[in-house]
Amino acid sequence: MHRIALVGMPNTGKSTLFNRITGGNARVANWPGLTVELASHRILLGARMVQMVDLPGIYDLSGGAEDEQIAQSFLASTPLTGVIVLLNATQLDRQLGLALQLKALGAPMIVALNMADEARSAGITIDTAALGQQLGCPVLLISAKRGDGMAELKQALGQLPGQEVQLDFSHLAPAATFHDEEARLHHTHVSRPPTMPASITTRIDRWILHPALGLPLFVLTMFLLFQLTFAIGTPLQDALGSGLDWIKSTWLEPSLAGAPEIVRGALLDGLYDGVGTVLTFAPLIFLFFSLMAVIEDSGYFARAAFMMDGLMARLGLDGRGFVMLMMGFGCNVPALMGTRVIRDPKARRLTMLTIPFALCSARLQIFLFLCSALFTPAQAPWVLLGLYLASIVIALGTAWLLRRRFTSSEPFALELPPFRLPLFRQIRLRGWGETRSFLRMASTMIVTGVLLVWFLTHYPNEHHSYAAMVAQVLEPVLTPIGIHSEMSIALIFGFVAKEVVLGALSVITGMQGNALSAHLASSMDPVSAISFMLFTLIYVPCVATMATMHKESKSVWFTAGSVVWSLGLAWVLCFVFYQGTRLVSGWF
Amino acid sequence: MCPLFELSLQTPARVLKLHTPADLTQRLCALGLRPGREVTVLRRGWLGGPLQLRIGSTELMLRREHARAIVVETLPVQEG
Repeated sequence: MHRIALVGMPNTGKSTLFNRITGGNARVANWPGLTVELASHRILLGARMVQMVDLPGIYDLSGGAEDEQIAQSFLASTPLTGVIVLLNATQLDRQLGLALQLKALGAPMIVALNMADEARSAGITIDTAALGQQLGCPVLLISAKRGDGMAELKQALGQLPGQEVQLDFSHLAPAATFHDEEARLHHTHVSRPPTMPASITTRIDRWILHPALGLPLFVLTMFLLFQLTFAIGTPLQDALGSGLDWIKSTWLEPSLAGAPEIVRGALLDGLYDGVGTVLTFAPLIFLFFSLMAVIEDSGYFARAAFMMDGLMARLGLDGRGFVMLMMGFGCNVPALMGTRVIRDPKARRLTMLTIPFALCSARLQIFLFLCSALFTPAQAPWVLLGLYLASIVIALGTAWLLRRRFTSSEPFALELPPFRLPLFRQIRLRGWGETRSFLRMASTMIVTGVLLVWFLTHYPNEHHSYAAMVAQVLEPVLTPIGIHSEMSIALIFGFVAKEVVLGALSVITGMQGNALSAHLASSMDPVSAISFMLFTLIYVPCVATMATMHKESKSVWFTAGSVVWSLGLAWVLCFVFYQGTRLVSGWF
Repeated sequence: MCPLFELSLQTPARVLKLHTPADLTQRLCALGLRPGREVTVLRRGWLGGPLQLRIGSTELMLRREHARAIVVETLPVQEG
């Protein structure tokens, strides 16, 4: 099998080029280093079948960062027919060295200068023929985003000699060795205008990075993102839900009418309803990620990270952690996936531990319902605001407490890429890719969780189920924090997804809407209601979050630790709140 | 000669020496922040936040503690 590796610095559009060549959808973001596993794809070049491998973005072949070591060990152990060295055409003053380093190793190279369109509009001209002569390989100007120069690139790939070359890393010279040669080549073959015109990026930065306006602007952007997601997504979700119900009542129920009760119940009420509920989230996930891709690809996230880094550094996190936490206010699952941009494993884990405390939109539904049921319209917003503040304080406090166990060893210098207009094609690919991976996860972990809850609430019988028994067992634990058995069953449902808590409450009480509100208002006092909400906020968000935590950290212990920490913290804080408030109110 | 951290905004300076940790130095060199190169501080982040730097056509953020470990010399302002 002929293999061709794609090598380049972070943020040169490597994944975009990989997608262009293969038609696949490796993830793309305008932020250094999003490719995690090595994406590879087979393509037909001329008469040859070739496997293209996308290596993680690297600054330097002799670098010590995890990504750089992955790339090194791949290059040192795999015989290659060719290497595409992708460089940012506007940043050749610091990127040509990578091509020189690979040339010195004897790699059969093709140098592709990406973002040729940006270079052109910045007035940069590059003598590719002369540069190619110096480097001893084809040098091509391309734009992976627009698809310019793809035919030439494929042609050049087809003209590679076809022998496999094994790179010898024992003679690898450090990057600094090539700096003089890099400067010489850049000086001779690249010309740029003496003064760079004030770019659009500089002008946008004046607002976006404004000391006073920057943060409100970012919060507003995130708020609009969530609003838009739910404004478009909720009708789609409802339509999908009714469609699934229709299928159930018209097709499934009649065809399973003859089946034994246990099979019918498990399949329809357990599996079908559970998976259906999860499936209805697919449109939301698609929209959320598509919109997120717009913001990410534009380069805004790197700016938000810049703005918040000063504060976050004191808590042991960095600016990117804040961005992910904000994403978590929409949904914890994508936020956990998003922590991939943090390349240091410890720093990444610390950020991952904070995200489950972000008050996500599913929890918001419960809080809105309870706030309106138990508090006056004048009180309710303050209760909600308090819950948001609690969410932020607990998330950041967790990071602060654990910062010494998870100290980052990442050399911290982030590139701030210029603002770019995202392309529709990339946005769609991203949205679809994330939806697919969500559904894949839903089909394993969530199905198991859903079946388990169905079983627990229906056996041995509905009126005396295992869930009720568990609630009884939990009573001594939950009574001190003001949560009675009816509500504790709802909390057990909440393990699966916070979206089902309200539904569960109406099933348990046999009441809906206003009747349920009235019932809750009569069975709970405001203090225990706040305690219930506080507990809902802090304890494990949902099965999907736990599954994502496990998938992303690849560690059962880490996931278990996070669950235990959230549960313990939820109980302790609710205990302090509930008993403290009762004690204080007893004095008056 | 002064630390990069103390450089006035929008004033071009030449990088003289990096006293940053080895792995960060290597990263900064790859990003273009090396001895001999011209660097400009575009802004300082609020709340003790990082510096936004420009080297050539690369912009990056660097924390203050690291900017203190980089020595630069200001360049004469070019007229016209």
